[in-house]
Amino acid sequence: MIMQTKLHPALIAIASLIFLILIAPLFIILGAAVSDTPFLTFPPQGFTLKWFSNIFQIEAFRTTAITSLQIAFLGTFLALLIGIPAAYALNRFKIRLPSWLSNVFVLPILVPEIVLGFSLMKNITIGLQLPVYTTLLLGHTLLALPYAVRVVGASLASFDFSIEEAAISLGCPPLKTFLTVVLPNISAGVVAAFILAFITSINDVSISLFLTGPGVSTLPIQILAHMEQFFDPTIASVSVLLMLLTVGVMAIVEATLGLTFLTK
Amino acid sequence: MLADRWLRNKMVKRLSPWILAGPATFLVLIFLIFPVGSTLFATLTDAKGWLAPYMAFFNSSLRRTVLMRTIEISLITTVISVVLGFIAAYVVAHVPGRLKSIMIIAAVFPLLTGVVVRSFAWLILLGKNGILNSALLSLGLIAEPFSMLYTKGAVIAAMVYLFVPLMILTLAGVLEGIPKDVVEAASSLGAKPFAVFRQVILPLAMPGLIIGAVLVFTGSFTSYATPQLLGGERQMMMGTFLYQRAMVTFDWTGASTVAAIMVVVTIAIVVLMTRLARRMNPMAA
Repeated sequence: MIMQTKLHPALIAIASLIFLILIAPLFIILGAAVSDTPFLTFPPQGFTLKWFSNIFQIEAFRTTAITSLQIAFLGTFLALLIGIPAAYALNRFKIRLPSWLSNVFVLPILVPEIVLGFSLMKNITIGLQLPVYTTLLLGHTLLALPYAVRVVGASLASFDFSIEEAAISLGCPPLKTFLTVVLPNISAGVVAAFILAFITSINDVSISLFLTGPGVSTLPIQILAHMEQFFDPTIASVSVLLMLLTVGVMAIVEATLGLTFLTK
Repeated sequence: MLADRWLRNKMVKRLSPWILAGPATFLVLIFLIFPVGSTLFATLTDAKGWLAPYMAFFNSSLRRTVLMRTIEISLITTVISVVLGFIAAYVVAHVPGRLKSIMIIAAVFPLLTGVVVRSFAWLILLGKNGILNSALLSLGLIAEPFSMLYTKGAVIAAMVYLFVPLMILTLAGVLEGIPKDVVEAASSLGAKPFAVFRQVILPLAMPGLIIGAVLVFTGSFTSYATPQLLGGERQMMMGTFLYQRAMVTFDWTGASTVAAIMVVVTIAIVVLMTRLARRMNPMAA
């Protein structure tokens, strides 16, 4: 007989309350976004969609949203482009690479983001006179790199390299072997790394905070700046759009990997 | 193909590990180790003398207050997040399929939503026109709406809200990984539920619990957006103080000193606690 661990009803009640509190504030934003008042309030008074159309009238939201998407896509792509080969090398040539090398790719997680942002501004944008956009992109690439190296690396760790050996000894060229034999076997890791890195980049505040300049800023930074001046429901409606993005990402995660992969 | 001929070259073959790992290593070296290293180095080579920036930091009561407040808020946030996260994760690990999926969605959704949006939600909740004020007003508990923003409590509430999903997902994986027969063995040998929890489940979950706590503490300690929005000037924390020093007063030495303290505290805690977690793992014989 299988004994099912019984849960105390009080425990379930407390847990349900915790999950309710996790979700409720996000619905409150939704309510505040449609309130027909010039200030933020909940429960909403009246119903209007004018705050949504207001977003599109403010040019700063449009340009920063485009920058955010560009940086997130490009940064994640660059991180995968250099991170996958690094993950491959770390797994395939374990003995020929120094053992400290894998720790190098933990650094972007270990160093506080706000310290990295400040240091990039001080020593790269100002110190090396690199354009703000370039530094911002490289900062986000660094943010994405640990996902590329470690998540893809975890996939590679369970990959049987003798399959690759077989393809090569049968005459398959090395690059083709990687693309047609190795890559399909680690695709779940690549997808997971892409999603995690992308969402981290698009939501980032602490690095972007210091890497804004004339004409260059990201959406989260623009939201913070707007909030300091206005307390109208525009920000609530921007937040609703961002939450729709989250829903989209979750749908992709569920379709490709299953949401339970996030508990692993 | 040309690329393949190049890849078959003996020299290339010998160097291939470095050719593959090179670009990523180079990026970290030039755009992380160099800039962060120079920030830290600058605090040690100040013109006013060795360690002068640190003396200035610890001699100022304002800065000591900022540091102590940051430690206090981070510790309280960690403790509350661990307790709430553990309860929720324990239930997630033990409920049947359907309910479990709903609970995981409820934790993942806020986790994937940005820190600005999540902190903003608490701005609406705790503001003068917020739901908490309306509720208290209609219950007749208060006569005038009052702002709960810019208090320690507001920052802690939003921080806990920020980190509980992370804690739940970290611990759910750990708790699901505890072999069922170990728990069954303990209870079939007569251990009461609380004894099973204290002597079997908790020790087995401890490494995961410590890792989760480290993530929450270091995340709170170095946070910017939440203390900025809910704490403002009145509840200045290390992150907001660093920003203010760097971008408002242009005191770069002061900002670098704050950055250095953050790096030292973060790395010290991560290194010590992961070592502790490894030693406390009862599964590692």
